[in-house]
Amino acid sequence: MSKPLKQIHLAAHFPGVNNTTVWSDPEAGSHIEFSSFAHFAKTAERAKFDFLFLAEGLRLREQGGKIYDLDVVGRPDTFTILAALAAVTEHLGLTGTINSTFNEPYEVARQFASLDHLSGGRSAWNVVTSWDAFTGENFRRGGFLPQEERYSRAKEFLATTQELFDSWHGDEILADQASGVFLRDAKAGSFVHTGQHFDIQGQFNVPRSPQGRPVVFQAGDSEEGREFAASSADAIFSRHATLEGGQAFYADVKNRLAKYGRRHDQLLILPAASFALADTDAEAEELARIVRRQQVSGATALKHLEFVWNRDLSSYDPEGPLPDIDPDVSENHISKGRAQVRMYRDPLATAREWRELAAANNWSIRDLVIHTGNRQNFIGSAETVARTINEYVQADASDGFILVPHITPTGLDAFADKVVPLLQEQGVFRTEYEGPTLRHQLGLAHPDETPAEGRLAS
Amino acid sequence: MSPSSLHLAVALDGTGWHPASWREPVARPRELFTAGYWADLVAEAERGLLDFVTIEDGLGPQSSRFLDPDERTDQVRGRLDAVLIASRVAPLTRHIGLVPTAVVTHTEPFHISKAIATLDYVSTGRAGLRVQITARPNEAAHFGRRTIPRIEAYDSPESQELVADLFDEAADYVEAVRRLWDSWEDDAEIRDADTGRFIDRDKLHYIDFEGKHFSVKGPSITPRPPQGQPLVTALGHQTVPYRLIARQADVGYITPQDTDQARAIVAEIRAEQEAAGRADGLLHVFGDLVVFLDDDPAEAAARRDRLDALAGEPYQSDARVFTGTPTQLADLLGEFRSAGLTGFRLRPAVLGHDLPAITRGLVPELQRRGAFRTAYEADTLRGLLGLARPANRYAAA
Repeated sequence: MSKPLKQIHLAAHFPGVNNTTVWSDPEAGSHIEFSSFAHFAKTAERAKFDFLFLAEGLRLREQGGKIYDLDVVGRPDTFTILAALAAVTEHLGLTGTINSTFNEPYEVARQFASLDHLSGGRSAWNVVTSWDAFTGENFRRGGFLPQEERYSRAKEFLATTQELFDSWHGDEILADQASGVFLRDAKAGSFVHTGQHFDIQGQFNVPRSPQGRPVVFQAGDSEEGREFAASSADAIFSRHATLEGGQAFYADVKNRLAKYGRRHDQLLILPAASFALADTDAEAEELARIVRRQQVSGATALKHLEFVWNRDLSSYDPEGPLPDIDPDVSENHISKGRAQVRMYRDPLATAREWRELAAANNWSIRDLVIHTGNRQNFIGSAETVARTINEYVQADASDGFILVPHITPTGLDAFADKVVPLLQEQGVFRTEYEGPTLRHQLGLAHPDETPAEGRLAS
Repeated sequence: MSPSSLHLAVALDGTGWHPASWREPVARPRELFTAGYWADLVAEAERGLLDFVTIEDGLGPQSSRFLDPDERTDQVRGRLDAVLIASRVAPLTRHIGLVPTAVVTHTEPFHISKAIATLDYVSTGRAGLRVQITARPNEAAHFGRRTIPRIEAYDSPESQELVADLFDEAADYVEAVRRLWDSWEDDAEIRDADTGRFIDRDKLHYIDFEGKHFSVKGPSITPRPPQGQPLVTALGHQTVPYRLIARQADVGYITPQDTDQARAIVAEIRAEQEAAGRADGLLHVFGDLVVFLDDDPAEAAARRDRLDALAGEPYQSDARVFTGTPTQLADLLGEFRSAGLTGFRLRPAVLGHDLPAITRGLVPELQRRGAFRTAYEADTLRGLLGLARPANRYAAA
């Protein structure tokens, strides 16, 4: 008997603060007005997507000591925008990235529990870590967290918020007007947490929310990040959207679950994925090429090269050859507040490799950055894209994708109208929402369901 | 709008301000943690053309004691984050201002600045903020980052110093928040395809705020909100908070018991305003009143007695407690206005009863007297309050 088809999970990443979001196109609208967020969220809900995803940044990027001015800049507060989106959607999950370094557990737990109440059980938290003093300059806390402690703080932060969520069981509010008993238990919400990073106690003041606890996402690819996800997350936001890379990551992370007493289906792998969609495959290839050139202007190409070279390259011609000087490998980096700088762990080797690549293909700086940079993951007609996505999911390259369109806010429209119906026809994507909460869409159990039984059933 | 018009806000808290309010049949206590409950309240306030609603908040359980938890089970306990409630109802309303409370003692000015800026975006210019300090030791223990000593005697020098320090920190907090709102000039986003620049970085500014308790570098990650500066409001009961109001607020709430006291407090705030160099700026001073409204004054008084009996003790408030008819309340508001108050924040004793009594009883009465608007005359909260959109402090003149 053949294996039953996996159901695909799809989510929508509001185009954000990076050079993949094309702002120069006449189609590009506001990235900050609420109407843009509402359009995007309603499109995702129309397409029966699982959730909307928001990234976060807590300080504007700088390069060469100046605020970076080539990409889309400016974003709303995560909790506030998600609460407003709960008013214009009914089923769509609302996933917010919230930093565990520059927040406190009591406040974040209040906000997520409030969002879960106000959305009827649709909140999810993408837990990220940070340690840099650069971002810390915007906060009371400052930037004193040593890098090696970021995951220990994140783990303790998450555990502490779970203790706060669990400090209410769900049956405390009686609100019996006749007897005058509002609360069954005066101690509802009581907690004591003593640990390396947090030493707090008292009473949590938000009653248990519809999902019990918000769904937890983890983003990050390091060894520590993978362990953190395997032990504590419901889903991973990864960047392995190729078939082979996705399969390797998928197998690696799923195999880590057993040691935490968890089943394979208790952690979803959801890579970010971009796409270029047109009527034919050939037209989509052409669109993809155009978009990549929009994404990487000459100025952007030079700035991107600076991530590796760590030098001011503004005097170079982006349509000319790569610099023959070597990267500056000193500690202080020309670029601040940008995670992808860490991708180039050996700048000298990267520079050598890129020079060889450019020479072999006769590429200019801009060509090189376009070719080595973010290529769209799915390119083709709706048929091709639907087929490819399904193949990837059935081949365990992922459990689905978090789609990142390159245009705000209409970048999802064509996908919703053309690709989703094909996936539905193939029987691999829902035609109706599974239930009221995000846990329903993701097939995750409510935390109050007995875990022992769940394990026996696997 | 007529210059004689007064401004009206309503303060939303649980099922109402009387601790037994949840026991009234209209109270909906089981729905307190749903969006629909709050949406209905704000819709009712908007039906009454009110300037804005405030939403109470706190970083610990409600308590009948001033500084400590009380472990009572006969009153409403638990609440949702006020900023998120405001944001959740914003897309469902069109005109009314939304002013959530933020406790500034344990939160980050950077976070609250972008949260209120975002509320301004989602409401297209109707956001405000009510800043509040907390001196509760148990709330400090929820954060574990600082210890707040227990105030034993309010007039002791240590207590006075603690309270003054918390309010100074609140003033710093508002200053940092306001600078963050200004940290993007209105036209910073240029989308200049020729040079490839999305923003003009010269129109983004580091705020470099340095205070005793915190420093903030800036700029904000959120562009300058539609109102430029959303409304900042604060409640005060004595000189130290009056100074915060005079230095940093657009609207101050005070709690006079009579017109003489109102006149004295307004004079004190105006003097502080002048001392702070803001004499030319429009600063609203609103009177806070708890209200029990019925068509028959005896009925209102009886309702208060009945609720007091349910609560097991007479209701006490920092604000004057009014029981009577909408007409009588309109008379009282007129008197208070003559003492220099520019508006009122009414605290309905029972939201399900006294809020509709405000919107459907008091408001028509005030309209008959030509003392209140008959239609929303502006699209922004600042506009409703006659406050100009502030110039950006960082923009070159």
